[in-house]
Formats: sequence, structure tokens, C-alpha cells
Amino acid sequence: MRDGDHVAIGGCLFSRTPMALVRELLRARRTRLTLSRNLMCTEGELMMVAGAVERVVTAWMSIGLPWGVSRVMRHHVESGAVALEEWSHLALGLRFRAAAMGVPFLPTLTMLGSDLMAVAGTKTVQDPYTGETLAAVPALFPDVALLHVHRADRFGNCQIDGYPHMDADVARAAHTVLVTTETLVPEEEIRGHGDRTVIPGFLVDALVLTPFGAVPHECYGLYEADFDHFAEYTAAIDRDGMAAVRAYLARYVDGPPTHADYLALFGGERLALQQARARELTG
Amino acid sequence: MSVTPAELLAVMGSRQLRDDTTVFAGVGVPLLAAVLAQQRHAPRLTMVIEGGIVGPRIEPGRLPVSTNEMRAGRRAQMLPGITDTFLLAQRGFLDYGFMGGAQIDRHGNVNTSVVGPDYWNPKVRLPGTGGANDIASLCREVIILTPHERRRFVDRVDFVTSPAWLDGGDHRRRAGLLFGGVSRVVTTLGVFGFRPDDRRMRLEAVHPGVTREQVRAETGFEVLEAAEVAVTEPPTAEELSQLRALDPERRFLG
Repeated sequence: MRDGDHVAIGGCLFSRTPMALVRELLRARRTRLTLSRNLMCTEGELMMVAGAVERVVTAWMSIGLPWGVSRVMRHHVESGAVALEEWSHLALGLRFRAAAMGVPFLPTLTMLGSDLMAVAGTKTVQDPYTGETLAAVPALFPDVALLHVHRADRFGNCQIDGYPHMDADVARAAHTVLVTTETLVPEEEIRGHGDRTVIPGFLVDALVLTPFGAVPHECYGLYEADFDHFAEYTAAIDRDGMAAVRAYLARYVDGPPTHADYLALFGGERLALQQARARELTG
Repeated sequence: MSVTPAELLAVMGSRQLRDDTTVFAGVGVPLLAAVLAQQRHAPRLTMVIEGGIVGPRIEPGRLPVSTNEMRAGRRAQMLPGITDTFLLAQRGFLDYGFMGGAQIDRHGNVNTSVVGPDYWNPKVRLPGTGGANDIASLCREVIILTPHERRRFVDRVDFVTSPAWLDGGDHRRRAGLLFGGVSRVVTTLGVFGFRPDDRRMRLEAVHPGVTREQVRAETGFEVLEAAEVAVTEPPTAEELSQLRALDPERRFLG
């Protein structure tokens, strides 16, 4: 990844976020990035406070209902430090879909008539058959996609369990695709269930075996998001403002030399509890 | 125990939903309203959640806090991905959509983006549309559930995140939106509809004990009234006990 790149992040909100890749990106001290993600969560906050990002392209940003409106997002966007380019959830999905399809735009009804049309200068087109007005949302081709999946083989053929979010389209849309996977499985296991493969290996530039690669966010069926961790994080921000996020970056991003050291900050007991909760919720 | 604002909205919202229909519901009060309807009069109501979830079984005491988590997707009939879920609405398969919002205007348009006149220099930056614009644009009928406060009910929203009737009349259709629009605004004071010709919001019912003066005082635009303003049936003991059983920890019911 280079400074100034457009980086698309897979998953959605606190689900299947490629946190290990995000942390590595932060450690590499990349700057002037544009981030795109349909709903942004703590990964976007960390990027903002670290000074890595100058623009976010999203439909929504905060952690979730119980934790209120993101103070980090408000601080950076209201001060003008970061531009928030807002698209409707479907419109952003169709931007990735258009790129995934290899077409320059897709026509849609969504966003028509709203002020979201003007945010990024979305144009309308006339249906050549009926004359009806449609929004023409432009294809989005990110420089890099960061994705986290449930399983892959050594060729990078990827399978996702549960809700697939937009990852398959994002993988097709991006020029470079970096993937972390919870498990690396033999080629024959992928071939035995080819219907489950959502990203073919020839799209993937690099694959890293990274169990718990989304922690503290969730990975469907494998581990639950750590709501207590979010509560501690937001309580610290309420108390100390942006300094709390800088302390968080020091402890969770720059501190641990390896992924195992990072996971040790949570502890095996806590991770096991999150695993048990996920099994129970998807059982 | 008296009825909280969230309980009132959930019960009134649930009564708006017919059986054998589909509803796009966000987490919190909208989802509670949908589950309550499913338990009472609409057993074949299918909930659709924007995280890419069709027909989940939402369990009492295990309400999701996000549209993208395992509690929201529990025992779902289908997990089609986010874009394809919204495309079901664009194709016209979603009968209802529930919405809330920081600002609502006289034509039902909703703002959840920015407070202040300049999008790029906001006084207050709100979280954004999420799926609200898509629900407002693509569901066949949209029902707004909201606390009724003067700062919320403004003459013009600072920013139209989610379009209802835009500037009124046939403006929505002229903008290219082929169907849908806000049908009801259910608030903590009463229920509003829209005048068919100019699509201005009008009071159709008040909740028991609420006066029209109270509604006017809490609304930042002229309150039109239907020919007859009804009084809603208060939440029944049975509705309330079913609703409270869904959220025993009172994470959403207040």
C-alpha cells in the first residue's frame, strides 16, 4: 500500500472487519488514505486519530446504537480534518457492484431527489427506452481491498460463512486484494464445496492465515464482537477525548509485536467466551 | 408501570403492519414493533434487515444492537448480502419500511446527515443515512417512528437524507421515485398522515390525554388537521406484557 491510496475495507460495521490488516496498515504509518466501507466502525476511528486518512466514503459511521454517535468521527469531520463523503448504503454497494461488473456506472432509483445526490456530484441519466430518470452511481475501483474470510486454500479461493456483506464485489472491484483467513484448508476441501466459494483465488494478491483476525469485532459463527471492549473504549473517550484513542493505538496497535501478542491482551478466556457465544448464537 | 415513549412507539408501530407482508426494520424500536406484530396479528410478517438478513427469528432477551450481528441474523431464512437485500426493495418486494430521524419536515423528509446549512462544514455531523435513504426511496410504504419534539419537527430539514414527498405534490414522482413515500408519522403525541394533494403532514389522531395545543407547541411548522382527529387506543396490558417480554433488560424500551 502507498500513501494516498484508496483502501476499501470488507465486512460491515463490527462484523468481519479485517482488523489485523488495519492494524498493520496503521503500523506502516500510511497517510492521506481514502477509506471506503459501507458502515464504518472503530477501524475508521483508529485511522482518523492516527492521521492516516483524509477522506472516508461511507453510508454511516459510529460503533452502534448503545454507544451513541461517534465522538471521534464528529471531532474529525466537524473540524474539517477528514472529509466524510456520504452515499446511501445501496448506492455504495452498487458502486462496488458496477466496478465488479466492469461497467462505468449502474442505474438505480435510490438516492433520487435527496441531497445525497449533490454530495459527490452523482448525475442522473434518462432511460433510453422509457425516458424515466435514474441515478447513475459511478463504479468505485479501490486501489486496495482488505478482507477477512472464514476459510481459504493456498491458492486464495475464499469462502465466507453467514452474511456475506459486500466482500465479493469489493474483491472484484479492487486492483490489489489482500486477505486474511481464519483457517487455511486443503485444496480438496474447497473443491468439495465449490458452491461456497465467493472469491476465486485469481483475484487474490496475498493471503495470510490469521485466526481471530477480526478481533475485537465479530466473525460469524466463530466469535462474537467484544461489546465490553467497545464499552471500555468509548468510556475512555468520554473521559479523555482523543487522547484515549491515542493511548488505545499505543496499547493495541503499536504495542504488541505479533498478532499472538495482540490476542494475549484480550486473553484466552475472553476469546473462548466470545467463541462460545458465537456458536450458541448460530446454533 | 407507566408506558415509556419507546413502548408507545413500538406498540403503535406494530399496529401499522398487516399480516403476510414484508418489513424493512432497523434495530431498536422498529424491530420491536415488527416482532410484536409478528407475535400478535401478523405471524407471516417477514422482517428484512439491512445487514443482509431475510426472515430472522428474533428472540426475546436477545435483541440485536446492530443490523450486522448474529442476533439479527439468527435462524434467518436467507442471508443474501447487503446489496442484494436492498435490491429486493428496489424490485418492489418490501411492503413497509420503518424509519426514525434527527429532523423531520412538513413533507416527511428526514435528515440524519448534518445539522447546519453547509454539508462540508457541518455544525453537527450525524452518523449518516446507513440504509435509511434506501428504505425511504424503495419501500412501498414508509412509517416514521419518532419522539415528538419541537427541535425535531422542523419546517425544512437542513439536509434531505431520506426523501418522503420532497417539496410536496408530485415532486417525489418527478424526481424519478416510482413508488413509495411516507404514509404515517407515528410520534409520542399522535399519528400523522399526509394530505393527498400537496402531501403536507396532517394530524390524524392523538394519543389519549394529548391535546392539539400540545401537538402544535411541539411542532416547528403549522399543524394541519384531518377532518376528524381520532384518539388512538392506548396500548393494552397484553401488548405491553408481550413487548416487555422481548426486552427484559430494557435496553431499548427505556
